[in-house]
Amino acid sequence: MNTQTENKTQTTIDKTDCISGSEAVIKCLLAEGVDILYGYPGGAIMPVYDELFKYRNEIHHVLTRHEQGATHAAQGYARISGKVGVAMATSGPGATNLVTGLADAQIDSTPMVCITGQVASHLLGSDAFQETDIIGISTPVTKWNHQVTKASEIPEVLAKAFYIAKSGRPGPVLVDITKDAQFEEFDFKYEKCTGVRSYNPVPKIDSAAVLEAAKLINAAKKPMIVWGQGIILGQAEAELKAVIEKGGIPAAWTILGASAIPTSHPLNIGMVGMHGNYAPNMLTNECDVLIAIGMRFDDRVTGNLDTYAKQAKVIHFEIDPAEVDKNVKTDVAVLGNAKTSLQELLPLLQEKTYPEWHNKFKDLYAIEFEKVIKDDLHPTKEGLTMGEVLKEINIQTNGNAAIVSDVGQHQMIACRYAKFNKTKSNITSGGLGTMGFALPAAIGAKMAAPDREVVAIIGDGGYQMTIQELGTIFQQKVPVKIVVLNNEFLGMVRQWQQLFFDKRYASTEMTNPDFVAIAKGYFIDAQKVTKRKDLKAAVKEMIDSDGPYFLEVRVEKEANVFPMIPSGASVSDIRLS
Amino acid sequence: MEEELYTVSVYTENNIGLLNRISAIFQRRHINVESLNTSASEIDGVSRFTIVVRVTEDQIKKIIGQIDKQIEVIKAYYHRDEDTIYQESCLFKIKSDLLFEERQIQNIIKESNARIVTVNKEFFVLEKSGRKEEIDLLHRELSVFGIMQFTRSGRIAVTKEEMKISKMLQAFNQ
Ligand SMILES: Cc1ncc(C[n+]2csc(CCOP(=O)(O)OP(=O)(O)O)c2C)c(N)n1
Repeated sequence: MNTQTENKTQTTIDKTDCISGSEAVIKCLLAEGVDILYGYPGGAIMPVYDELFKYRNEIHHVLTRHEQGATHAAQGYARISGKVGVAMATSGPGATNLVTGLADAQIDSTPMVCITGQVASHLLGSDAFQETDIIGISTPVTKWNHQVTKASEIPEVLAKAFYIAKSGRPGPVLVDITKDAQFEEFDFKYEKCTGVRSYNPVPKIDSAAVLEAAKLINAAKKPMIVWGQGIILGQAEAELKAVIEKGGIPAAWTILGASAIPTSHPLNIGMVGMHGNYAPNMLTNECDVLIAIGMRFDDRVTGNLDTYAKQAKVIHFEIDPAEVDKNVKTDVAVLGNAKTSLQELLPLLQEKTYPEWHNKFKDLYAIEFEKVIKDDLHPTKEGLTMGEVLKEINIQTNGNAAIVSDVGQHQMIACRYAKFNKTKSNITSGGLGTMGFALPAAIGAKMAAPDREVVAIIGDGGYQMTIQELGTIFQQKVPVKIVVLNNEFLGMVRQWQQLFFDKRYASTEMTNPDFVAIAKGYFIDAQKVTKRKDLKAAVKEMIDSDGPYFLEVRVEKEANVFPMIPSGASVSDIRLS
Repeated sequence: MEEELYTVSVYTENNIGLLNRISAIFQRRHINVESLNTSASEIDGVSRFTIVVRVTEDQIKKIIGQIDKQIEVIKAYYHRDEDTIYQESCLFKIKSDLLFEERQIQNIIKESNARIVTVNKEFFVLEKSGRKEEIDLLHRELSVFGIMQFTRSGRIAVTKEEMKISKMLQAFNQ
């Protein structure tokens, strides 16, 4: 058998070569430029693992402590690098453990390829040992999936998998390979996929629509942009900035759009949505032209659709035609990649400023500052706030860190207060809201961007959902910084109980273990802060440390995140307390 | 918006698993599929789904968007009844005695344009193709005498307008 290294950038490997299906899997991964994958072995995928051993110098396999961790790590890797993340698992329970990560990647449009082993093809459908219908199970949570039963199908299917995962609106793909197909030998030949005839990843831009959009924008008196992750996925950050600046248009972001434009940009007016900023939420119901770019009007962003931006003409720049008019009726839809569309839009825009309109945002910010931000960032009460921890991290990383957040109050605080200078710096589970996401996602993020400071911000609840990945961090020596904001509650649920369920704290109080001892048990440096006076030094020690570091901060037990749009309410019914 | 009957035509790659993906789109939205038929189409290697659902126009547009988005779907369309030529087909199994003893059954068969597929000592089988109402009528008329077995197919339909699938496929191959 031939074990020579293939040139990773080479598109076609024309040398035909009789190899096993499992070796073919590795060669396909190498041909796609994969040098790292996350996974967990087991019976039905053992032949591929055996090959991985042989190729261990070319492809680094990270043994996570749970398959869910492998998917989130692959997602973290993909989100910060823009490349496809790869996760691998065995059949049955290994495969079903991938489902949460697949669903998360599907709703957040994260490019990921998952490879699962499957029982031998003659056993399919017989309830064999560790057989599950992972194709059936994963269908609703994948962009595409496919079961391979013959080794000769492997190159074509994997090539297609990578192409589908990363093209157009990205998403997760699952390829299930039977064990006999892994053993079978065949003549290997790899060709990258450049198109699938029934799949049109990027719709053609309609120049007439761009022109119409430009006309609407130029005629606007109170225009407002809301951008989403489409900007980051489409690498359209520079184009967006140019449009905002030339048009003088105030621009807000959705949670997944965060960091595409630096926080400090004067036209960046903050986050929209349930826990977003006061001004952009309020003024959504006052703007006359709403320009949505690469966002999908999620219900967490729009609140009650019957009252959302009713007065505004809506322009929607979107790559996925199925998103247009799905939630909000648009006046002009510009289909296509945000980068190309905005490039076409820019020369048609008039140079403008809207000082009066802009002042409205400033006035509302002042109100939010007085009622919420001041107490979050400069508290006078004794208890530590989540906001001040974020502020300290901002200061000590100069806003250059990638922030990986879990799900809950700390996530909203992290997204509200983290300062971002660079794009792709906010990695969080947006659409699915998956607790347990952050710790493994931070591993993938740090491995993809070793030169960047990666700080995971996690609640005491979510931390314990994937806490076992500390083992991965230790074994792989991944120098991530882990901050657990411990309020001894499932804080976000407790907040809802307080506000909407008469303070009946049903099953949200958490008695926690000694987190520092656990981290130390995994040989990770750790410390705990309970007093404001110790915070600065602790954050400094964490940032200065070369290895992984765990910091627990005891924060106020019953603090709430505001502003807040109660679910089902209008965006302009946003509450400040 | 009012609910109406829509016929959905979906041209797809011939692929295992696609039925699952397409039916899930209706299932997730709690939409009851009135009938579903999959078969070969006029193009080699391309399958065609014909799905009948009762929904609003707003809903059907979104559903078409979601179907179209599936990787192996080449193109999805929706039509109103007046835009299509459509048929269903059904089979009745009936006791043979009735055929000879009940004069009226013979009249019903003649008037309904149904066709006798086979006759033996115990039973005969009647086939009828037509619109839903015609089949419903025949079913009502025969029920009076007793039906041993009854089955009907999903709707199949062709559109009056062209659907330009071949052109789309040609464009891809270029
Ligand atoms: C897997 C999963 N289970 C349940 C939930 C529901 N949920 C959302 S936020 C939250 C509380 C999170 O608590 P914690 O991790 O302590 O963070 P905090 O809100 O206190 O910052 C829960 C239970 C979820 N999002 N994900």
